[in-house]
Amino acid sequence: MSRPYGTLTRNATVTRLNHWLTAACFVLLMLSGLSMFDPLLFWLSSLFGGGEWTRTIHPWIGVVLLISYSGLIIQFWRDNLWTKADIAWLMAIDKVLVNKEEGVPEVARFNAGQKFVFWSMALLVPALFFTGLVIWEYYFGTYTSIPTQRAALLIHSLGAIAAIIIWIVHVYAAIWVRGSMRAMTQGYVTPGWAWRHHRKWFRSLATTGSTGPKPNVDRHTHK
Amino acid sequence: MASLAPTFGRGAMTNTWQDIKNANLVIVMGGNAAEAHPCGFKWVIEAKIENAAKLIVVDPRFTRTASVADYYAPIRPGSDIAFLSGVIRYLLEKDQIQHEYVRAYTNASLIVKDGYGFEDGLFSGYDHEKGQYDKSSWDYELDEQGFAKVDDTWENPRCVMNLLKTHVSRYTPEMVSRITGTPQDKFLHICEMIAETAAPDKAMTSLFALGWTQHSVGSQNIRTMAMVQLLLGNIGIAGGGMNALRGHSNIQGLTDVGLLSNLMPGYMTLAADHEVTFDDYMKTRLFKPLRPGQTSYWQNYKKFFVSFQKSIYGDAATAENNWAYDWLPKLDIPLYDVIKAFEMMNQGEMTGYICQGFNPQQAFPDRGKIRRGLSKLKFLVTMDPLDTETSRFWEDFGPQNPAVSADIQTEVFQLPTTCFAEENGSLVNSARWLQWHWKAAEPPGDAKSDIWIMSGIFHRMRELYRKEGGAFPDPILNLTWKYTDPTDPDPEELAKDMNGRARTDLKDATGAVVTKAGMLLDGFGQLRDDGTTESGCWIFSGCWTEKGNQMARRDASDPREQGIAPNWAWAWPANRRILYNRASADVAGNPWNPAKPVIQWNGTKWVGIDVPDYGPTVKPSDSVGPFIMNAEGVGRLFARDQMVEGPFPEHYEPLESPAINVLHPKVQSNPAVRVFADDRADFGKPSEFPYVATTYRLTEHFHFWTKHARINSILQPQEFVEIGEVLAHEKGIAQNSWVRVASKRGFVVCKAYVTKRIKPLIVDGNPTHVIGVPLHWGFTGQAKKGYGANTLTPSVGDANTQTPEFKAFLVNVESVNGPLV
Amino acid sequence: MSNLQSQDYIRISATTTTPPSARNFEDQVAKLIDVTRCIGCKACQAACMEWNNLRDEVGEFHGTYDNPLDLDPHTWTVMKFTEYEDDKGDLEWLIRKDGCMHCEDPGCLKACPAPGAIVQYANGIVDFISENCIGCGYCVKGCPFDIPRISEVDHKSYKCTLCSDRVAVSLEPACVKACPTGAIMFGSKKDMTDWAGDRIVDLKSRGFENAGLYDPPGVQGTHVMYVLHHADKPQIYAGLPENPKISATVEFWKGLIKPVALAGIAAAAISGFLHWVIAGPNEVQPEDEEEAKRVLKENNFPEDEGPHRAEHQT
Repeated sequence: MSRPYGTLTRNATVTRLNHWLTAACFVLLMLSGLSMFDPLLFWLSSLFGGGEWTRTIHPWIGVVLLISYSGLIIQFWRDNLWTKADIAWLMAIDKVLVNKEEGVPEVARFNAGQKFVFWSMALLVPALFFTGLVIWEYYFGTYTSIPTQRAALLIHSLGAIAAIIIWIVHVYAAIWVRGSMRAMTQGYVTPGWAWRHHRKWFRSLATTGSTGPKPNVDRHTHK
Repeated sequence: MASLAPTFGRGAMTNTWQDIKNANLVIVMGGNAAEAHPCGFKWVIEAKIENAAKLIVVDPRFTRTASVADYYAPIRPGSDIAFLSGVIRYLLEKDQIQHEYVRAYTNASLIVKDGYGFEDGLFSGYDHEKGQYDKSSWDYELDEQGFAKVDDTWENPRCVMNLLKTHVSRYTPEMVSRITGTPQDKFLHICEMIAETAAPDKAMTSLFALGWTQHSVGSQNIRTMAMVQLLLGNIGIAGGGMNALRGHSNIQGLTDVGLLSNLMPGYMTLAADHEVTFDDYMKTRLFKPLRPGQTSYWQNYKKFFVSFQKSIYGDAATAENNWAYDWLPKLDIPLYDVIKAFEMMNQGEMTGYICQGFNPQQAFPDRGKIRRGLSKLKFLVTMDPLDTETSRFWEDFGPQNPAVSADIQTEVFQLPTTCFAEENGSLVNSARWLQWHWKAAEPPGDAKSDIWIMSGIFHRMRELYRKEGGAFPDPILNLTWKYTDPTDPDPEELAKDMNGRARTDLKDATGAVVTKAGMLLDGFGQLRDDGTTESGCWIFSGCWTEKGNQMARRDASDPREQGIAPNWAWAWPANRRILYNRASADVAGNPWNPAKPVIQWNGTKWVGIDVPDYGPTVKPSDSVGPFIMNAEGVGRLFARDQMVEGPFPEHYEPLESPAINVLHPKVQSNPAVRVFADDRADFGKPSEFPYVATTYRLTEHFHFWTKHARINSILQPQEFVEIGEVLAHEKGIAQNSWVRVASKRGFVVCKAYVTKRIKPLIVDGNPTHVIGVPLHWGFTGQAKKGYGANTLTPSVGDANTQTPEFKAFLVNVESVNGPLV
Repeated sequence: MSNLQSQDYIRISATTTTPPSARNFEDQVAKLIDVTRCIGCKACQAACMEWNNLRDEVGEFHGTYDNPLDLDPHTWTVMKFTEYEDDKGDLEWLIRKDGCMHCEDPGCLKACPAPGAIVQYANGIVDFISENCIGCGYCVKGCPFDIPRISEVDHKSYKCTLCSDRVAVSLEPACVKACPTGAIMFGSKKDMTDWAGDRIVDLKSRGFENAGLYDPPGVQGTHVMYVLHHADKPQIYAGLPENPKISATVEFWKGLIKPVALAGIAAAAISGFLHWVIAGPNEVQPEDEEEAKRVLKENNFPEDEGPHRAEHQT
């Protein structure tokens, strides 16, 4: 995907592919997982060729998700480190929610909400993976005690619900903040988008002459 | 059954399986009914539930029978006579016997003649050189008419009761415990429980099996309990009896039709060499009553014998040729038993062997000797539905059968036969029932019935005799063979032969025809000694009459719900279900236990739920004894000359024993036992083999058959031995680890089951360990390969029957790293 | 097992609608295993294998009479032998036939996510309907008795059916028929309970003061019950649970959290929608672009010199 003239690269191609692989896994896991979680949703298993195939495929998708999300962690962890500014941003969440910009602290590459999503998933994905291994009957059914498996099932379910709710927040935020979706599909944002939502990040690009997603380190200024 | 017949007159389980439910006390000793007879054991459970019965188990191991017992006591293998003699002493000392019964129905009052004695472990008449007794002194003092003298007051010191008291006086509780290892308190508790059944309306049943028979004193083990039961008045009554639980669906049938080398059908005995003429033979078989007016049913011996001869030789057996007496084989020794046969093979005296439905390579003692014997044969024929170890003895199966095929010249003919479900026929169960069964499936492959095979052999042999003559062709050439298909007689035809028929019109005293020529007989009462009747097995007469196949009857109705269904199958003799049932009533003919009567005198005849084992109109006042097969009419506490090692049972140690016989150290083991020199050389010493071993079956398997079946093999897949925790700890043997168990004769490498169910016994002050050796695994079949318990067992048998001493011998045990490969 | 009694269900796994229940006039059945008259002969195991055409591999000796050592997809019942010594050192050999207890409140059924994979018939029998089983193993977690076993070949769950096929045509289960001592009995739950009462009276008279019936209330009773000599200590019988009930974890997992979770998910989605309706999208304004351009200029941000310039001249 090419970046149009005068825009900034928000997400590199590799990042975007990695994200969408993760997203696909997540959606498939959610659909298959929910089908086994609540009988009301068992019909979802037909999307996978029935209950047995759902049971068979779900854990394998989980393995892919873990690997895929690890890629995202490697790419994003530094930009998601928590700062004091995040607290200030959170203090101004009421303004953010009603689309007001005044009085909202400037945001770097990610705001506190995005960081919350990132770190939650960074916690939940491995948790779901490891509890998933415990209840993966096909290979690991006899390795742990039944009480352990019961606990793993409960943690897996609770974790999955939390992940789904966070995912909903994440998806809605992408819809709500116009231009975000394109940032992850085509990869670019306009300078105005960057100015409006991630001003600190924008300034770091502007001052280093970078078109994104990272500031240039060798060119400090063009003054 | 060389122990029950000398006591009661017939060698068979006295009561029926169903009748066990009538017991107040069940004692399982010398057997493991729950494991070896689980289906029959239901009646013990029934007795517990419906009759509030108590169950006692006395066994070296805490068995599955013990798991449902009310009281369990351990005992050292091979010390049962000491235990039971102690019980007799207790009953006599506490005077807890059923007096009226003992006085009227046993030989307690009969007087034994001078000359009989017992000293230092030997009865009178012992010949040290021959290792045999002259039994002439073991008899009653007779009066002028030849009747035994009686003292009903029991004051005469030579009456049986007083001799018995003296004989058992040595078996004090202390002595019993010293010999058996059973703690005194447990022994005494069991004595108390047993003694309660001396009450006329209380019954104890004794259930036993090979745990008693497979000893060098096997027959006497059983006799001791038979004496206990006589003293308690427990024979002939509902819920009582000596119940020999047969380990094979038709082993009772085997002895009934005389398949032992010294027997003929119906417990008639084969002639000995010295009985040259028919008169010689009959002289010792027509038992004259020893008390006035007694039945002494064997007086009819000649009728049974002549009818048998007519059955097999037909017209060729005549009064002139003494009913073809000369064509019968005569014995030069008492018995050609299996131990003797294998000794002869090893000595090169027997060169051919037909092994029909028998697997000696697994089943007979000293497996190495068996293999050596078979290896010296010219030919071996095996007839079996299964691929037995015997038929493959010559093949190298690894350490479990290390045969060197190249060195074995035996020609083996392996003939596959049908099994019971693939043919019609009858089986005789423990309770003497002849039950007809019907073919359920076609036999697989080339399997043929035993009848077809034996007929084929017969016809070919007869043809050879016809063509070539031979030393003595008459017995073969004159055999009758009038079957529809001579190459394959029907089981139905053979059954009718057993029952017997009239050869000419039979007339009664008035000359009226009662049975027409050719008609099937109703029972052995119709047999005659003039050649006008024939019967292949007199005790089976009545099993297939003109009314049809009585063995095929399946009416389970049980009028008093007392375990007697007279129209279910047919029981010998004469469809009697409880033997000696006259003894269920007192002298006047009223039931000892009115709640469970069997037969009673109604003023004109004997009536009840069973066929009277007695003259049906013989009045009580005639004082005819209830044991109608015995010449004296009563049960024998004193066995006269019927047992080879003495008229009273005496404790002798097994041939391999860890203990000195504390009663008489000079006579350690059974003095009348037969041991071949090579076998004696193969007995182990306690210094080298310090532990007592005993062999047994597990409920999951039947001998060496069911290891060929997948399900049974799943349920008990692999050879193991049972070792108590204390010994395992001493020897460093871990649960489920590999051990090597060795006797003087061989060794077994298998898994160890370390168990709480075997505890050390204190025998004469020394802790004695017992090792349990289940016997099911061999080298053919579906289960894991095993060495077989008979690798370890000594080649010596009971002095009367030569049943091998599988239940008590010596071994050593040590931990090993793993199986031999 | 197969689905033989489709009008006879009182419970169907993973199903929220009312099961077919027209045939509602049926006795509750029960199998009574009288441990005190069991001789451990394994006829029940053999009968189970025969009737159900099950054949395990021929295994090995394991230092016990238990063979096979445990339940597995080919072994739906197994005798468990325990050598138990009481405080006085008296030995008992406790033999318990292990297998599905057919709970009135079956944990397996509760845990099962596959509609119709586990059913309970009106007579109380809990049965696995293999064609609906997805092999997830949730039944294993749901069971308080550790009974279901998942096949490594077909990944279906297996256990005793209480011979539902035989019972449906008024035959007793195969194990009951084979038991030589009558230690396994079958009939209505009431009859079995009454009979057990008689047995307990007898056992108490023989000195087993704590004899009793094992019909654990924690699972609302079972359709397989035991008469025990020591009903106060069920765990001595090869670990028979003292007070079995569906694990609280499973109850929570299959209970409260299902509606709460769905509500939470729905709430999140609805909140988003409402926010959209109320606050609307957050769009970049022309002023933002102006400001951005200004800042770029201030910083002498180079004219886009990227590789895309040629294609994107606008």
